Amino acid sequence: MTATKTPHADPAERKTTYREALREALRDALRADDRVFLMGEDVGRYGGCFGVSLGLLEEFGPDRIRDTPLSESAFVGAGIGAALGGLRPIVEIMTVNFSLLALDQILNNAATLLHMSGGQLPVPIVIRMTTGAGRQLGAQHSHSLEGWYAHIPGLRVLAPATIADARHLLAPALADPDPVLIFEHGGLYNTSGDLPADAGPVGLGQAAVRRPGTDVSLITYGGSLPKALTAADELAGGGISAEVVDLRSLRPLDDATISDSVARTHHAVVVDEAWRSGSLSAEISARLTEHNFYDLDAPVERVCSAEVPMPYARRLEEAALPQPGTIVAAARRAVGDAPDDGRAD
Amino acid sequence: MSTTRTPRASASRSRSRSRPDRQAAHRRDLLHGMLRVRRFEERCVELYSEARIRGFMHLCIGEEAVAVGVTEALTADDAVVSTYREHGHALARGVPADAVMAEMFGKVTGCSRGRGGSMHLFDAGRRFYGGNAIVGGGLPLAAGLALADRMTGRPRVTCCFFGDGAFAEGEFHETANLAALWGLPVLFVCENNLYAMGTALSRHQAQTDLALRAAAYGMVSWAVDGMDAAAVEDAARRAVEGVRAGSGPHFLEMRTYRFRAHSMYDSDRYRDKAEIERWRERDPVELLARLMRERGELPDETLTGLEDEVRAEIDDAVRAAEQAPEEPVEDLLTYVTSPPAEVNRP
Ligand SMILES: Cc1ncc(C[n+]2csc(CCOP(=O)(O)OP(=O)(O)O)c2C)c(N)n1
Ligand SMILES: [Mg+2]
Repeated sequence: MTATKTPHADPAERKTTYREALREALRDALRADDRVFLMGEDVGRYGGCFGVSLGLLEEFGPDRIRDTPLSESAFVGAGIGAALGGLRPIVEIMTVNFSLLALDQILNNAATLLHMSGGQLPVPIVIRMTTGAGRQLGAQHSHSLEGWYAHIPGLRVLAPATIADARHLLAPALADPDPVLIFEHGGLYNTSGDLPADAGPVGLGQAAVRRPGTDVSLITYGGSLPKALTAADELAGGGISAEVVDLRSLRPLDDATISDSVARTHHAVVVDEAWRSGSLSAEISARLTEHNFYDLDAPVERVCSAEVPMPYARRLEEAALPQPGTIVAAARRAVGDAPDDGRAD
Repeated sequence: MSTTRTPRASASRSRSRSRPDRQAAHRRDLLHGMLRVRRFEERCVELYSEARIRGFMHLCIGEEAVAVGVTEALTADDAVVSTYREHGHALARGVPADAVMAEMFGKVTGCSRGRGGSMHLFDAGRRFYGGNAIVGGGLPLAAGLALADRMTGRPRVTCCFFGDGAFAEGEFHETANLAALWGLPVLFVCENNLYAMGTALSRHQAQTDLALRAAAYGMVSWAVDGMDAAAVEDAARRAVEGVRAGSGPHFLEMRTYRFRAHSMYDSDRYRDKAEIERWRERDPVELLARLMRERGELPDETLTGLEDEVRAEIDDAVRAAEQAPEEPVEDLLTYVTSPPAEVNRP
């Protein structure tokens, strides 16, 4: 798939935030197609629990910006039904933690109907939700479960990490005939920066190299991207050139981009805020051994969250999460530049 | 296992009803309980703005009569299951203020050793089962605690607090049916404060008479003025008696209101300021204080005395929380699974 530019791309580069970029994407989608509507808890009058849909109710009315009761299973399932009925629902779940109440609908209906029906029933739904930790919200509001969803055939799973992706991933997600899950890291909403004028829609399923480098590939996504970029800066100061690969799509994975990068750098560090065991980072590491076994000069390193329900206390939460420092240390180990830390290599 | 039990009057009922001076003393206790919660949370607001408390924090200011009145009707053996808006439930239940405060400071002396924060207060010794930040998440637990009591023949009650928003979740409806079907000793206490975050009751419930709907499950079900501590306590005592007597789960819809925003992150733009003001006229603390004044039970020095006592308790709690140590980072992975020695302990 190749990236195409929209004819009406934004006139010039301008400052915005991740949150506003998401909102603009929603607004565009609602304007472009009458079948598109947004529903979820507090998306309307409240403007979304993280303020993403603020102002959309006023513009599009309560029919298309639909507040739901606290009934995740019912409104996600209803979104799936509405998609079967010819609409293009965008369902917002406040956070991935609450999506577990709708997991049955997502897995047993959205992801399987096409196949179970022998190809008769595609489910063109988009489900957005917040993910991630870092705000001292404790164990029921902080987990990164997108890797679980990336396990499921029949779903597409996206994780916009940049303002441009926040702005441009929704349109192709809606155009896709199958269910697409979009994970927005809670720590990114306030990110501000420039929205490049030429950044048109991106093809689904494409990773992006956010920073080229030659010595080690930092493979990451979502809320860990800024941390990996910070780590790359620090590594550069120490003479290590890190390439930063932003997965963007967690399912399917862009094997080609990942593999190309590691074929050039010969070292890989996977950074994933989710737990390590049975995770997306494990999947990437496995694929690297399948595709890049003879390119690798060292074992694949992984920087993940500690395997603990996320603690509230600030110091404990910080210690539980990947940090630029732990990414730097892993990269140094990978390239064999580690201070002797007692680890057997 | 028998499904019926002998009725047993709540321990303190006759005591609190017998003589006018006892009633006055009891009202003073209720007022003290509510003031404790109110002042504690007001202090939390200050501490939050100083970033000494972090995360999501939900206040029950305006809803104190429910926490205090209901727990008054429970015995120490009964269990309480709560929500993320649980400071009042925890304090009323007897979780020490310094353990609650230290928890919000993320300190090792906190009632959840700093792992939980404001939304996850626990105290197993006081049978306070938390502190649940998944809306409706505590309801099935309450049924299970009650089932365990039923199956082991313990005459205990499990009280579960939850909101009007939670009433829309499958968790509520599945649990209500199960508890009623099995006649489980659960007291469902729905704190109907008219909002689920920014969504008004009439925008998230097709039928807003929640007590009516709960009754459809075959439970005894009443709507109660949740701003009147005495009315709350009275209803809770009767319901607890019924539950303990074996007549199955009871449901109380507590009609109440939160005076503050949903959480510290909420800008509270979805409701009319006049509506808040109208409800403030029925402030549960004021309402009881007014009644006591009318009865000549609340001379100024009594109120000052209560306020002083409460302030001292909170000052101590804050001081202790400030001085308490943090959990060392080396202990990050404790309590993920039980220590080996405890796994197979009989
Ligand atoms: C399953 C789930 N969905 C959504 C949320 C986000 N959320 C937290 S509190 C809340 C409102 C709950 O309202 P209600 O049950 O009436 O309780 P109240 O906050 O009014 O005490 C929402 C939507 C959540 N924590 N859990
Ligand atoms: Mg409510």
